[in-house]
Amino acid sequence: MAKKSIPILASLFLFLFISVAYGVSEIYKDYIYQPGALKPIDSKTKLKIGDRAPDFTLPSISGEKVSLSQYRWKKNVVISFVPAAWTPVCSDQWPGYNLVKDIFDEHDAILLGITVDNIPTLYAWTRPMGNIWFPVLSDFWPHGKVAQEYGVLRSNGVSERALFVIDKKGIIRYIDVHDINKRPPLEDIVRELGRLKK
Amino acid sequence: MKKLFLLFIVFIVSFAFFSVLDLPVYAAKEPPAEGGPLPVIKLPIPKNPEEKNYLGLKGEGSFTIPQIKAKVVIIEIFSMYCPYCQNEAPRVNELYNAIENSPDLKGKIKIIGIGAGNTPMEVDIFRKKFQIAFPLFPDVDYSIHKVCGEVRTPYFIGVKINEDGSDEVIYSRLGALQEINQFLELIRNRSGLKKEGS
Repeated sequence: MAKKSIPILASLFLFLFISVAYGVSEIYKDYIYQPGALKPIDSKTKLKIGDRAPDFTLPSISGEKVSLSQYRWKKNVVISFVPAAWTPVCSDQWPGYNLVKDIFDEHDAILLGITVDNIPTLYAWTRPMGNIWFPVLSDFWPHGKVAQEYGVLRSNGVSERALFVIDKKGIIRYIDVHDINKRPPLEDIVRELGRLKK
Repeated sequence: MKKLFLLFIVFIVSFAFFSVLDLPVYAAKEPPAEGGPLPVIKLPIPKNPEEKNYLGLKGEGSFTIPQIKAKVVIIEIFSMYCPYCQNEAPRVNELYNAIENSPDLKGKIKIIGIGAGNTPMEVDIFRKKFQIAFPLFPDVDYSIHKVCGEVRTPYFIGVKINEDGSDEVIYSRLGALQEINQFLELIRNRSGLKKEGS
């Protein structure tokens, strides 16, 4: 009796306690695809704090190519991988970062936003966000190569929702491979930037 | 029979658990309807004396919307991460100023903002960035967003507070506010607030 009840109880627990919650700006109207609840993390990064961050060069929506190494000795870097354009949580993440350039400036840091989408998709998706102050980079081809090197490429070809904080020496100081269904709180970035030397 | 009894116990325990945590179990399917009551929204009494005074609240703990000292409360459900809310913020400030500068509306119409999925820091950034004078509250776990039908943002709800402490939703709409004076006229008409001298 008890054993038979376990699956029922487990289902009830999931039904009652686990849900996906997110807000979507009206600016995107009905253009956002709803993927539903996803496996929170679907990759395993081999990178760890203290490792040198793998260098990369990716095209940006402004037309320029951006390399991680161009910021070496000049800027701290926060890399924000988000899974996909036109999805709920991602569409409500970078617009917030767009509001806090001053916080990045205070910590002598740049933000690099990366997805595996192609440039035209990223361009169209980010237009309603206004004038984005940080580079938005496409890891489309070779598909997800940078996400793979950072160990955050999921089995379905999109990246995790992940943050990497890299200091001016190019050393990784913080890794957050976040639950894909949730937005990381801004407090985390601010706290980690505060730990870096300007 | 025993299984049914066990399931019943699980439901009772689950609901008791949520009651203790003060969390809603289910998301409302629709936003609050005009003509109907506002769902119960419980918020912490602000520590800031100016905000506490603006809302006409005393002491510590929590309050519900009908406890606000006003004839009408305008609730904006926003997010720091929502570009539309960022664009709309100066107009909501205009609305606040129009009310505060109107001898017959000041004290009768109050505005609050609820940051869907926003942390205290995120709400604070929004407040400072747009110099918002009315009280903003974080809704970190989307619990208020859920009882309000998981609306897109910004969403505005106007609530009439009756003498007997009951309430009635008189405005419930997604997206930008209409022209400020027209909006206030609509609120006056629907709430029965009279113009001075009329």
